[in-house]
Amino acid sequence: MSETVLELRGVRKRFDKHDVLKLVDLEIREHEVVALIGASGSGKSTLLRVINLIERVDDGQVLLRGDDITDPRVKPDAVRARIGVVFQQFNLFPHLTVLGNVTLAARKVHGWDAADADAKAKELLGKIGLGDKLDAYPDRLSGGQQQRVAIVRAILTDPELLLLDEITSALDPQLVGEVLDMVRDLKAAGATILMATHEMAFARSVADRVVFMHNGRIHEQGTPEQIFDSPQLPETREFLARILHR
Amino acid sequence: MTDSSRAAQDAAWEPSALELERREYRRAASLRSAAVAFLSTAVFAALVAVGLSNSPGWDAVKHTFFNVPVAIEAFPAVLEGLWLNIRALFFATLGVAIFGTLIAVLRSLRGPVFFPIRFLAATYTDLVRGAPLLIVLYLVGFGIPALQIVPRMPAVFWGTLAIIITYSAYVAEVLRAGLDSVHPSQRIAARSLGLSHGQTLRLVVIPQGVRKVVPALMNDFVSMQKDVGLISVLGAVDAVRAAQIEVAHTYNFTPYVVAALLFIAISFPMIRLTDHVTARMTRREQNAGTV
Repeated sequence: MSETVLELRGVRKRFDKHDVLKLVDLEIREHEVVALIGASGSGKSTLLRVINLIERVDDGQVLLRGDDITDPRVKPDAVRARIGVVFQQFNLFPHLTVLGNVTLAARKVHGWDAADADAKAKELLGKIGLGDKLDAYPDRLSGGQQQRVAIVRAILTDPELLLLDEITSALDPQLVGEVLDMVRDLKAAGATILMATHEMAFARSVADRVVFMHNGRIHEQGTPEQIFDSPQLPETREFLARILHR
Repeated sequence: MTDSSRAAQDAAWEPSALELERREYRRAASLRSAAVAFLSTAVFAALVAVGLSNSPGWDAVKHTFFNVPVAIEAFPAVLEGLWLNIRALFFATLGVAIFGTLIAVLRSLRGPVFFPIRFLAATYTDLVRGAPLLIVLYLVGFGIPALQIVPRMPAVFWGTLAIIITYSAYVAEVLRAGLDSVHPSQRIAARSLGLSHGQTLRLVVIPQGVRKVVPALMNDFVSMQKDVGLISVLGAVDAVRAAQIEVAHTYNFTPYVVAALLFIAISFPMIRLTDHVTARMTRREQNAGTV
């Protein structure tokens, strides 16, 4: 059995009087790809934000390789440096070039030599066919290219866990494929990934496990076959029916 | 799944021992940082007080600038002068709001037909922003009356006019930046609804543009609040002039300090309000990013 990378124990999050996460337990093992599905407002994004310490949990624990990262004595920046995040809206820095975006954290947070950071960035960007865009600014790139740069930015320093928050939702349909292909390559390279997604076909083909969230709970989870082919609970069936037969 | 047992746990959400311990730790940490802040402030204040009172000229300075009897005697005259500043400020604010907006709109007019107007407006803001306020005051306050084509007006009138001329240029630039920051798609959306150019500007662009630059505008207002004190150079008996007269009587500079404190007192609410509005806008923008 491979090692546990991420573990959530009884995580709760409440905004005002509204419970967004209710006693969420989740475990992700090394090299595992887990897809989070569910309607908007079901708590997917909040779950990712809690893991990245953007939101503080109201109860329960989040453990990253056994370290309790919800402990107030833990430095959040040190935790975030261990986790890669890719956002729906790319969030590249418009004032930096592609190379500047990709190497910023490696140089300023992880203390790499500029030469090392540049070399690794060039290698990774070259692999995905963006080797000629190193000095381009983000506004010169298509959405798909921007998102792939954002992924390289997140993985440059080999994070222990990669969080993908609906990374194809802001893309034109013809650009979705290139981004998803890249995620597939990451999985092949052994990355541990937790991704919130609306791309059910992609979740089915890439994820080792699918987690369906409903009303702030993990309502049902299992292999893609179990969830998509024979969902056990009515809410899961209803959600899938709505999203698959639009 | 033990769904029913979970529901029961939910209904009675009592924070776990772990969560309570975390809250206690955070509370202690924030108490600790508050104590550190208080202590460092006290030490800093004590150092400044000791440093000042031990400087060789402190007694002379205290006598000349912080003389309580002189302050009490000068206070009524300076306060009366301040009333003139407040009235000047009122009219200056109105004037700047109207004139500044006009210049900003003229500068944002599109199309070659409007080139001369744009050019004039641009020249105006460039020249006026470059000129020292004091010199604008002299030019307007002594130059225009000397032409003898306008009826005689009190000095405060010319002083206020000079302030309006200067601050309109600054405010116009701030507003123009705001108008330019409204995304072109907003204009297109308004025009495609059939709104005219003027309606688009008035109902869609200006409301959004102004909102974005409110903190900068309020900052300009705070600045203007104290600069109305400069109308004293034209001879208007405002707070600064009244203080000057008192100083001439007593050879004691305390009345200037009194005037300064009064100016600070009237600007303080606006400064706090500016901070508040800026903080609220920042919060709102951050919220927009975290749906």
